[in-house]
Amino acid sequence: MALIIHKDKCVGCGVCVESCPFNALSIVERLAIVDGSACTMCGACAKEGVCPFEAIEMVKATEANPDVNLDDYKNVWVFAEQKKGKIQSVVYELLGKGQELAKTRGQEVWAILLGKNIADKAQELIHRGADKVIVVEDDSLENFEDGVYSKVITRLCKKYKPEIVLTGATTVGRALIPRVAVQVGTGLTADCTGLEIDKESGLLRQTRPAFGGNIMATILCPNHRPQMSTVRHKVMPEAETDTSRTGEVITEALLEEDGFSRSRVLEVVEILEDTVNITEADIIVSGGRGMKGPENFELLHDLAKAIGGAVGASRASVDEGWIPYSHQVGQTGKTVNPKVYIACGISGQIQHLIGMQSADVIIAINKDPDAPMMKIATYALCGDLFEIIPELTKQLSK
Amino acid sequence: MNIVVCLKQVPDSGDVKINPETKTLMREGVDAVINPFDCYALEEGVRLKERFGGTVTAISMGPPQAEKALREAISLGADKAVLVSDRAFAGSDTLATSYALSTAIKKLGDVDIIITGKQAIDGDTAQVGPGIAVHLDMPQITYVRKIEEVADGKIRAERMNEEGYDIVEADMPVLISVVKEINEPRIASLKGKMAARKAEIPTWTAEFVGADPKQLGLDGSPTMVVEVFAPPARQGGKRLEGEPADMAEQLVNELKELQIL
Ligand SMILES: Cc1cc2nc3c(=O)[nH]c(=O)nc-3n(C[C@H](O)[C@H](O)[C@H](O)COP(=O)(O)OP(=O)(O)OC[C@H]3O[C@@H](n4cnc5c(N)ncnc54)[C@H](O)[C@@H]3O)c2cc1C
Ligand SMILES: Nc1ncnc2c1ncn2[C@@H]1O[C@H](COP(=O)(O)O)[C@@H](O)[C@H]1O
Repeated sequence: MALIIHKDKCVGCGVCVESCPFNALSIVERLAIVDGSACTMCGACAKEGVCPFEAIEMVKATEANPDVNLDDYKNVWVFAEQKKGKIQSVVYELLGKGQELAKTRGQEVWAILLGKNIADKAQELIHRGADKVIVVEDDSLENFEDGVYSKVITRLCKKYKPEIVLTGATTVGRALIPRVAVQVGTGLTADCTGLEIDKESGLLRQTRPAFGGNIMATILCPNHRPQMSTVRHKVMPEAETDTSRTGEVITEALLEEDGFSRSRVLEVVEILEDTVNITEADIIVSGGRGMKGPENFELLHDLAKAIGGAVGASRASVDEGWIPYSHQVGQTGKTVNPKVYIACGISGQIQHLIGMQSADVIIAINKDPDAPMMKIATYALCGDLFEIIPELTKQLSK
Repeated sequence: MNIVVCLKQVPDSGDVKINPETKTLMREGVDAVINPFDCYALEEGVRLKERFGGTVTAISMGPPQAEKALREAISLGADKAVLVSDRAFAGSDTLATSYALSTAIKKLGDVDIIITGKQAIDGDTAQVGPGIAVHLDMPQITYVRKIEEVADGKIRAERMNEEGYDIVEADMPVLISVVKEINEPRIASLKGKMAARKAEIPTWTAEFVGADPKQLGLDGSPTMVVEVFAPPARQGGKRLEGEPADMAEQLVNELKELQIL
């Protein structure tokens, strides 16, 4: 790919400068100049109708990658992340999306399942839409280990040549699949919230938020295979269970070439409080500096219990030491996508909003009617949270 | 111990917005800062050095302006810094970026531990760290919230996950990526600021680090951004009024209507 500015046609009018989302174009001595370090080759400036003089052109210089015959690749793969033998719910979301993509391409959905004594979970994946399941069992695969897991999946990708590989954008997925992508030598799009097949080219259009959700970008991987994405949890609906579905189970062994573990999980420590896993929760009750002190978080725990949710927090309350970091929502904390987010005493600075603004329903409780959170909230309750929260808990417990 | 910290200069993201009319990023007056997670990476590197001795080298790939971030890193305790900068790197995606950084790290010589941030706040990919680890054939521990022990060529650390954390041991050399919980970064000392002012920060080109041009920049990047757009703006909703009990009742009714309760 190259961006060409035809010097004979460019008059330095500056229209293209306006069209660039990355401020990569400027006019120097009546000629458009591209700043290579800012240009992402998005093509906005080369779109028809932008340059009145047709002086900008995108040239696809790198045609097909000679090492890869694109037609050899088919089927949509889903990494079946499991913990302690339990399939993670994001996998069902991927199977739902995977079926849709595979149908459009006239292909199959395969699930890739690694673990110890795990084969009995294959049927569950078939009932949720997998046509085939590759199972690799070994004692050493009990816990996720970046090195061996990625080597096994790389080897399977090279053997079976999937066209698309989907993984949850979980802490495991985001550690594992970049290693696979580099070992296979293909592209990887992180944290996608939209996936669809481009009607003309048949390519996977991967849409994701960037700059903390301030912009959305659509990304293709045209000349390398597989096309790989990690997918944000709780954006796509889960595949339904259909116990009449049948499928094939392929058993693969762990091989010597998959290497040995250079890292080991010594201990798995679960934080047992049921209000902590904010990435899984459908309802989150979150507290900010307006909570005034750690003792008041009891109010939030009570509300969370009454409504069946987890407890989140702003950075301000984490930095004050009122609640552990694992509860923090936002740019330097976690991104959450619940059905309902209840923000109590949180002003709603951009770094916080970035982590939660895709919630279906936002409820803000704040005594400042002009707080940014109150302006974007589906329901804004203006008043003292110390009065409102107990009321709410009381009415919900009825 | 030879410690390398990878840091990226990013726009202070809170300010980056799309102009709804021209659909362009509004970057005027947006400061460039060290990616926040990389500040924790740097601090952890400096703390390891203080515990075990050695050197901390900060490395960044980016345009010439990224030198400012590296100078700041020296003021915060890095011993030296290297800017990896060349037009050949422009347009690199995470595959090409991790390749380029890995060639530069090789050039630095023996390294015991590479520290990156959990992710960069502009791209939010969290892919560059694991990519570097593969290119350098190293194990990795991601999302580290605490380093418990470094001894006998091994490191033991707590890896944060959705339910809690795992205690993971890895052989060194190793790459780790860190979350905010790991430490509280210091502020620059006077001595640090002096060192930063005086520091010579070399710029390493693609040729100097011996990178294969085919694996760099656009040619080395399998992914392609084809469209950029503003997300639909979130509209405000209802304001509930009245006494606390009334507000609570209205809200409960609304949630029942939405079948959330
Ligand atoms: C690099 C960087 C990264 C960051 N990352 C994050 C992040 O990941 N997550 C995050 O949350 N923040 C993050 N921040 C911080 C962010 O900018 C804000 O400072 C923070 O979110 C503010 O937290 P808050 O809303 O709890 O506190 P405040 O802004 O102080 O808001 C408190 C609110 O409580 C209300 N209030 C007070 N008393 C009452 C009462 N009795 N009843 C009702 N309402 C009351 C006030 O009206 C106010 O609106 C980051 C900042 C930077 C620079
Ligand atoms: N251009 C770069 N120069 C130096 N380090 C980088 C660069 N890009 C990414 N990193 C490192 O990789 C981490 C993850 O970045 P990313 O994969 O872009 O989210 C960052 O926190 C940095 O530590």
